[in-house]
Amino acid sequence: MQAFTYTRAKSIDHAIETSARASTAQQGAEIRFVAGGTTLIDLMKLDVERPVQVIDINRLPLSTIERDADGGYRIGALVRNADLANHPQIRQAYPVLSQALLSGASGQLRNMATTSGNLLQRTRCVYFRDVHSACNKRSPGSGCAALEGYHRNLAILGGSEHCIATNPSDMNVALMALGATVAIQGPKGKRDVPLADFFLLPGDTPQRETVMEPGDLITHVRLARAQPQAKSLYLKLRDRASYEFALASVAIVVGLEGGRIRDAAIAMGGVGTRPWRSAAAEQVLRDSAPGPAVFQKAAQAFLADAKPHPGNQFKLELARRCLLKALGDVTTTA
Amino acid sequence: MMGWAEMNEASSYVDLPVVGKPLRRIDGPLKVSGSARYASDFSFPEMVYAVPVCATVARAHIAAIDTAAAEAMAGVRKIYTRQNIGKFYRVSKASKAKIDEARPPLDDDEVRYYGQYVALVIADTFEQATAAARAVQVRYTNVQAPLVSARLDSDKPPETETERGDPDASYEKAAVKVDHTYSTPVETHNPIELHASVALWDGTRFTLYETTQAVMNFRAVMAQMLGVPTDSVRVITEYLGSGFGGKLWPWTQALLAAAAARDLKRPVKLVVDRQMMFHNVGHRPSTQQRIRLGADASGKLTSLRQDYLYQRASLAEYKEDCGEATGFMYSTPDLRVTSAYAERSVGPATSMRGPGAVPGLYALESAMDELAVALNMDPIALRLHNEPQIDEKENIPFSSRHLKECLTRGAEVFGWSRRQAKVGSMRDGDAILGWGVAACSWIAERFAAEVAVTLQADGSVRVASATQDIGTGTYTVIAQMAAGLAGVDVEKVKVVIGDSSLPPGPWSGGSMATGSMVPVLIQAIEQAGGQLVQIAAEEGKRFNGAKADQLAFTRGRIHRRDQDPSSGVSFSELLQEAKTGHVEGHGKAEGTFGQKKKTHSTHSFGAHFVEVKWQPELARLRVQRVLTVIDAGRIVNPLTGQNQIEGAVVMGIGMAMFEETHYEPRTGMAVNSNLADYIMTSHADMPPDMQVIFLDYPDTKVNAMGVRGIGEIGLAGIAAAIANAAYHATGVRVRDLPIRIEDLLSESRNG
Repeated sequence: MQAFTYTRAKSIDHAIETSARASTAQQGAEIRFVAGGTTLIDLMKLDVERPVQVIDINRLPLSTIERDADGGYRIGALVRNADLANHPQIRQAYPVLSQALLSGASGQLRNMATTSGNLLQRTRCVYFRDVHSACNKRSPGSGCAALEGYHRNLAILGGSEHCIATNPSDMNVALMALGATVAIQGPKGKRDVPLADFFLLPGDTPQRETVMEPGDLITHVRLARAQPQAKSLYLKLRDRASYEFALASVAIVVGLEGGRIRDAAIAMGGVGTRPWRSAAAEQVLRDSAPGPAVFQKAAQAFLADAKPHPGNQFKLELARRCLLKALGDVTTTA
Repeated sequence: MMGWAEMNEASSYVDLPVVGKPLRRIDGPLKVSGSARYASDFSFPEMVYAVPVCATVARAHIAAIDTAAAEAMAGVRKIYTRQNIGKFYRVSKASKAKIDEARPPLDDDEVRYYGQYVALVIADTFEQATAAARAVQVRYTNVQAPLVSARLDSDKPPETETERGDPDASYEKAAVKVDHTYSTPVETHNPIELHASVALWDGTRFTLYETTQAVMNFRAVMAQMLGVPTDSVRVITEYLGSGFGGKLWPWTQALLAAAAARDLKRPVKLVVDRQMMFHNVGHRPSTQQRIRLGADASGKLTSLRQDYLYQRASLAEYKEDCGEATGFMYSTPDLRVTSAYAERSVGPATSMRGPGAVPGLYALESAMDELAVALNMDPIALRLHNEPQIDEKENIPFSSRHLKECLTRGAEVFGWSRRQAKVGSMRDGDAILGWGVAACSWIAERFAAEVAVTLQADGSVRVASATQDIGTGTYTVIAQMAAGLAGVDVEKVKVVIGDSSLPPGPWSGGSMATGSMVPVLIQAIEQAGGQLVQIAAEEGKRFNGAKADQLAFTRGRIHRRDQDPSSGVSFSELLQEAKTGHVEGHGKAEGTFGQKKKTHSTHSFGAHFVEVKWQPELARLRVQRVLTVIDAGRIVNPLTGQNQIEGAVVMGIGMAMFEETHYEPRTGMAVNSNLADYIMTSHADMPPDMQVIFLDYPDTKVNAMGVRGIGEIGLAGIAAAIANAAYHATGVRVRDLPIRIEDLLSESRNG
């Protein structure tokens, strides 16, 4: 870990003003916000993150979950994962979010990790985490050791010849299916970014993971009002039963009406370079009668563009089973 | 109640009070309250911190090490390289002191494995030393691709380890044959307590706070390699956060810490971090084992061959003895075991819980299951049918072998008769159940040991021996045995271990520490008893002038030889009457381990019964139920004993389904060198239903209490039982551990 200065943010404006001096808002920047610290401190110990200044935002007034006028929720950036997962209204209105959060990490980590920190959680690619390995995300232009190396846990969707790192978060998958919006406050004011537009594909700039700009601070995550007839589910597949990142996971939110699927939102984790949504698969399901044939077709559509590598070829089939099982369960237990 | 005369017979040691009681660990409160001190918990005034610089290549020449930038950093006191670390010596084989990585640290400019120590930074704080270690610039030349391929090919012709009859000819003639190759990957020891050394030098003597399973061996190695007399080194290990074999012998960080302490004249603390644990302090090497079985139509084995390969590090000769149990497990006239190795650019391997037998029995017990399938025979019936009368490898009788009872008793309790042999035919709702069985074995021997026992006027007993408690409950079981022998409550026994200045005790390895303590405890307490008899005779009054030969010492009481012990006096009363503080007895015994001439084959046995649940729609395999029946002699403490077997079963789930160290093919780095990426069993993976049955037949050929070891046997065979159950559920026979999701996906289809 290299030496850094520690600054406690006195206010949201102070935090923004201080961090706006950074050359980039991306992870890896020389000025970083710290909230729960469960990713940042870990990576600082590995020398992967080497900020010269760390701004502690833990005392900013962003720790509440509030009901919006339209019936949705505003989740403060600093709401801990454990508190969000166990919040009675969240559990009741968005079970998929609670399930996703509780399937991730451990109790101790969930007590520390925050909503905004989880959004910005970094990949578990082993080469990203080792400063001696080639990694375009950590060190642009150095190459990607994972393509020809160990990539069992990496992406089959959304990768490029420069990076196939997976977004490891469970929460993000659920938020993606729920169509969440990220409320950002920056030097130029406030703006809302739909989560679908928040994460960037790696392309030839895998070091750019989000649309954040210098000085930008995530203040809230907004969830639209849950549809009364909507059913949702998170299913996570991995080697062991607990404390492991997903090999494949799926968050599904479906609206059922008269035995038919009115609409569906599906996002997958563990398979994409960002939490992955497929409009094509959702289109297949929209206004259909639930059943194995349509589920198969939806899974096919979801994974049509997948480009597995030798070490994660199995994820195609695993993801397919994950989708089929979740679709079956969410429509029959409805 | 037994009369004293009968009690004095050797066999009476089997039925001591307290021995066999399910007592909680006496050190439990210290551990849960954080007051038990582990190696890295020790800190001293003026102490400085050492952090090694590790090679980031696996095979190369070190052309230059630039320490200038690091030396200028805050808090840095000194940076050591080969140039200034000072002289280390090598351990002579004649000394019998053991270290796997015999090459002293920083010995030359060649890198032989990724992570090898190439320099050492000393700073005032751990953080400063870590930062400076990262700033040391190492320039390599002649960088070569590492040899880390998982597929093994032998470097030299195989050696025959044991052979009888003509297994080639009988295999050709066999009615039913099985011929498969099984492989196990590199597994890394991950005890929760990291390796650590805290070294002190007072100008003439070293005091080393270490986490070692053998303080005496540690002392012997350090004295030789540091070039000081043995009595100038004291090694202390009060507690271990386990070791699983990885802490049997010293590793080179201890030498670095000691050398720095001597040079700087300050205490030095060096903690090996988790990533270094994957490179610098041993692992279980990978194995590849071809098993060929031939049987007649009734299932009687006619030929058994095991040809195995193991991975060997370029710097150490450690051999994974996969044929350890093969020669005596089953009856067969014709058998041969051969071994060979393939050298790899990795850090030295070492023993991991159940070395040799654990990978070896995975292969053999998987093949036995495949033979049962080929014969269309029940796998338990097959094993019972091939039960040997004697150890056919050594041609000597077994001291106490109850494998048949392990199998039959287990079958009954598990409900094996309800098993439907057809693959995938047993269901639990939508899920498919698989049932598997495997047998296991582990050596039962004793190491050399010494102990001093004092019986004190206040009625307490002190036991002192330089053995260790690896976490298994050694403090507790020694207290139980001493309490039983000295006729006191366990609370009255103080056990002092983990310090090389005590009488040399046994290594905590090979599941032998407890059994090794038995003869010396008996000897020491009876010697103390002999002194008490003399005191009583000299005092005269208490027994009306009885001479020493008219008196006896039985379970802590001094009494007339012709009367019951209850007629006499306790040692505490006698010592008080005689105004004597204590008597001290010594025990010393040679070990049996490694002795050539044996009259009996001494081994423990057992059987695992496993139920797995297979959900094909999720490609999810989970272990639901495990029953283990163990024949390991007299069980001193069924509670800590059960804990050992359950712990081994949980570890075995990891071996079967999760654990594998991946080496990066281009750099030789272990890529999954942390507890998130190196998958081990989590609590949530523990079978909801785990049961352990001890047969509890004393084996008095091993020692007078009939105690064998239980630390390792539970891990032998369990991976085979799980793999066999997985086959029974899924129809997929995985012969390369671990059983991964992709293995099960590849052949089974979602309906």
